[in-house]
Amino acid sequence: MKVININLSYNSDFVTQVEEESGQKLNNCYQCGKCTAGCPYTEEYDISVSQIMRLTQAGQKEQVLQANSLWLCATCESCTARCPNQIDVARIMDVLRHMARKEGYVGTGRVKTFWDSFLSSVKNNGRVFEVGLLVNYISHTGRFWTDIGLGPKVLPKGKIHFKPTEMQGKKEVAKIFMRFKEESAR
Amino acid sequence: MKVGVFVCHCGSNIEATVDTAAVAAAAREFPGVVFATDTMYTCSEPGQDEIVNAIKEHNLGGIVVASCTPRMHEQTFRRTVERAGLNKYLFEMANIREHVSWIGKDREANTNKSVDLVRMATEKLLRNRPLYSKKFDINKRVLVIGGGVAGIQAALDCADGGLEVVMVEKTSTIGGKMAKLDKTFPTVDCSSCILGPRMVDVAQHPNITLYAYSEIEEINGYVGNFEIKVKKKATYVNWDSCTGCGICMEKCPSKKATDYFNEGIGKTTAINIPFPQAIPKKAKIDPDFCTKLTKGKCGVCAKVCPSGCIDYEMQDEFVTEKVGAIVTATGYDLFDWSVYGEYGAGRYPDVITGLQYERMLSASGPTGGHIKRPSDGKEPKNIVFIQCVGSRDKSVGRPYCTGFCCMYTAKQAILTKDHLPDSQSYVFYMDIRAVGKLYDEFTRRAMEEYDTKYIRGRVSMIYPKGEKLLVRGADTLMGSQVEVDADLVVLAVGAEASAGASELAEKLRISYDSYGFYMEGHPKLKPVETNTAGVYLAGACQGPKDIPSSVAQGSAAAAKVLGLFSKDQLESDPQVSIVDIKRCIGCGKCIQTCPFGAIKEMEFRGMVKADVIETICQGCGICTSTCPQGAIQLQHSTDNQILSEVNALCQF
Repeated sequence: MKVININLSYNSDFVTQVEEESGQKLNNCYQCGKCTAGCPYTEEYDISVSQIMRLTQAGQKEQVLQANSLWLCATCESCTARCPNQIDVARIMDVLRHMARKEGYVGTGRVKTFWDSFLSSVKNNGRVFEVGLLVNYISHTGRFWTDIGLGPKVLPKGKIHFKPTEMQGKKEVAKIFMRFKEESAR
Repeated sequence: MKVGVFVCHCGSNIEATVDTAAVAAAAREFPGVVFATDTMYTCSEPGQDEIVNAIKEHNLGGIVVASCTPRMHEQTFRRTVERAGLNKYLFEMANIREHVSWIGKDREANTNKSVDLVRMATEKLLRNRPLYSKKFDINKRVLVIGGGVAGIQAALDCADGGLEVVMVEKTSTIGGKMAKLDKTFPTVDCSSCILGPRMVDVAQHPNITLYAYSEIEEINGYVGNFEIKVKKKATYVNWDSCTGCGICMEKCPSKKATDYFNEGIGKTTAINIPFPQAIPKKAKIDPDFCTKLTKGKCGVCAKVCPSGCIDYEMQDEFVTEKVGAIVTATGYDLFDWSVYGEYGAGRYPDVITGLQYERMLSASGPTGGHIKRPSDGKEPKNIVFIQCVGSRDKSVGRPYCTGFCCMYTAKQAILTKDHLPDSQSYVFYMDIRAVGKLYDEFTRRAMEEYDTKYIRGRVSMIYPKGEKLLVRGADTLMGSQVEVDADLVVLAVGAEASAGASELAEKLRISYDSYGFYMEGHPKLKPVETNTAGVYLAGACQGPKDIPSSVAQGSAAAAKVLGLFSKDQLESDPQVSIVDIKRCIGCGKCIQTCPFGAIKEMEFRGMVKADVIETICQGCGICTSTCPQGAIQLQHSTDNQILSEVNALCQF
């Protein structure tokens, strides 16, 4: 394990940016661990949410933005709801996710690919088309066998459709994506 | 004597593992017992009424209560039997809680042991005699040992209450540790601004006599009538004429004397006044550094002193004071942190103690309130504070928490930012113990407003890296090993009992714990009393304490003294040794063994006999076991009474 030099590796720009974009004061966190205690994803996380908070406090940008946890967070906001210091932890997670994406820190391709496949499916169909998403994701990652076991369970229940269902407002949804593309390009 | 026995359930404390009804039934068969019962809570009001009623109804002459330890309720039940018209010594207690029910689960064995204990108590009670206290006059003066904030508070409260106070302080000024502090938490008040006026009050109060630079040589006597021998150490300056002008300090050529007041940050002159607000503001010569005293050459101070008060021939002087009570407020000292080799053991000049840092922060300190690295005088940028140095560490024999370091570290981190806005403070801590009014808010302020970086973990080593010090520790919250490049390291060194505390305790005849802190009479209910009547505790001599707690205990001790002196006479404890003059052969062995000097020789019809001074005797019983004739007997624990208990136990 690496030794962290607390003063030399402290990235103050990172801390300021997280504080500005989230509107939260990182020093308010006293590391009680209640966010981790209530987080439904703790067992899947590589770095628990309270440790994400601690590392962010300590200005450890690299380690935070490489965390897989950022992409597993479901934004259920249990952490925010229960924080004794009224810190919006989920908002901080969101800010960190944005930063990681923008600055190309997304280390695990799978998570990024999943979200890309998900969003492209929504863009094209107005809502997610599961089989399309699956094909897209598998073709980019080559993970054929990972979720195959789910097939026999969901197929007989009619949960999986082989072509996208028509829905109202499909164009409007596509417009949202267009607007995002235009505005983020500016 | 008709005896009544009460076996207490103590709720379920005793009843759960002792068949109290069976114990009462067994007691009914003992010789002398005419009444025995078991009760739910004997100490409660209905429980006590039951005793009173039984005494009247059955015309009882003595009572045995089988319940908890006598330390808990012996006084309670003595008052109960007194209320029913019996002498309070016609009462015995059998401890079937601490000695039986709490330590064993076997109900049958417990019941049998309880029966034995009740039988022993009954047999002793049958031999008890009524005892009566004597009254004696008291001297309504009080001695306060130690002139720190606790002692000052106790002295001022006693003096304001109309008592004459004698204060003895080891160093040449009062003020103690608080006088060395720059600011106080959590208000960041200037320490000397709030303490200074109190120190002046001590100097000016008509009821207070102050002996500074003095120590307790000897203590004799007992509550109400102590005789104290005070050693006034030689200052080589006649304090009656010294005006504290300070000219001697300016001219003294020996400028390398250890500056004790400034904790060794900087040096002072051989003749010195420790600090500008010193009380009394009088100069004294440090004989280790004065060239006149060490080599016989110099004499500059004697030449320049406008009042002619230098006296190189001065000797220690002894004075005797008579007082009726003593308040001990001897404070604490810092743990000797040089045992920590991993922190440099004192080899790195830029690793200092919190108290040294405090002197550095103080405007009247050796650096004029500027934070400087002792090594090169440069302003530090990264300052690392390490908590729990000599606290919560079994490996150095200090497993206890000093309790105030978390707070003073937070205060110092805040002050550091005020002094050096561009600096960055780091605090390595194990836990933040901020128990007190506005305390936690204060430590949070250090983090939230002053951006002090708190790192949860101990530091494992410090080593030099160029001009800096590399501090290697852990951040257990982050789960990694961390290091900081520090310019200055401040150790939050814990408190230990003050030097000489145990020797003083022996003179006071009070007990102290394994760390040298004085023992209070009861950890909950007698926090300022000691087990020696008339001796009270105030401040950190009883255990590490912050300023508010020390002041509170100072006032509490004063209240105890004022309460004690609200009577003109005190009652002596009649449980003392008495000499049977017919049996005494005058061998004097008891006189030799008595630890209190309570036995003296007397002449009776031309023969030498021992005589006990009842007010000094503490009832320890050493004389009774020494006496070859059995002539000296401790009342209420005579040989016959003890043997009757042994016989009751060993009858089968």
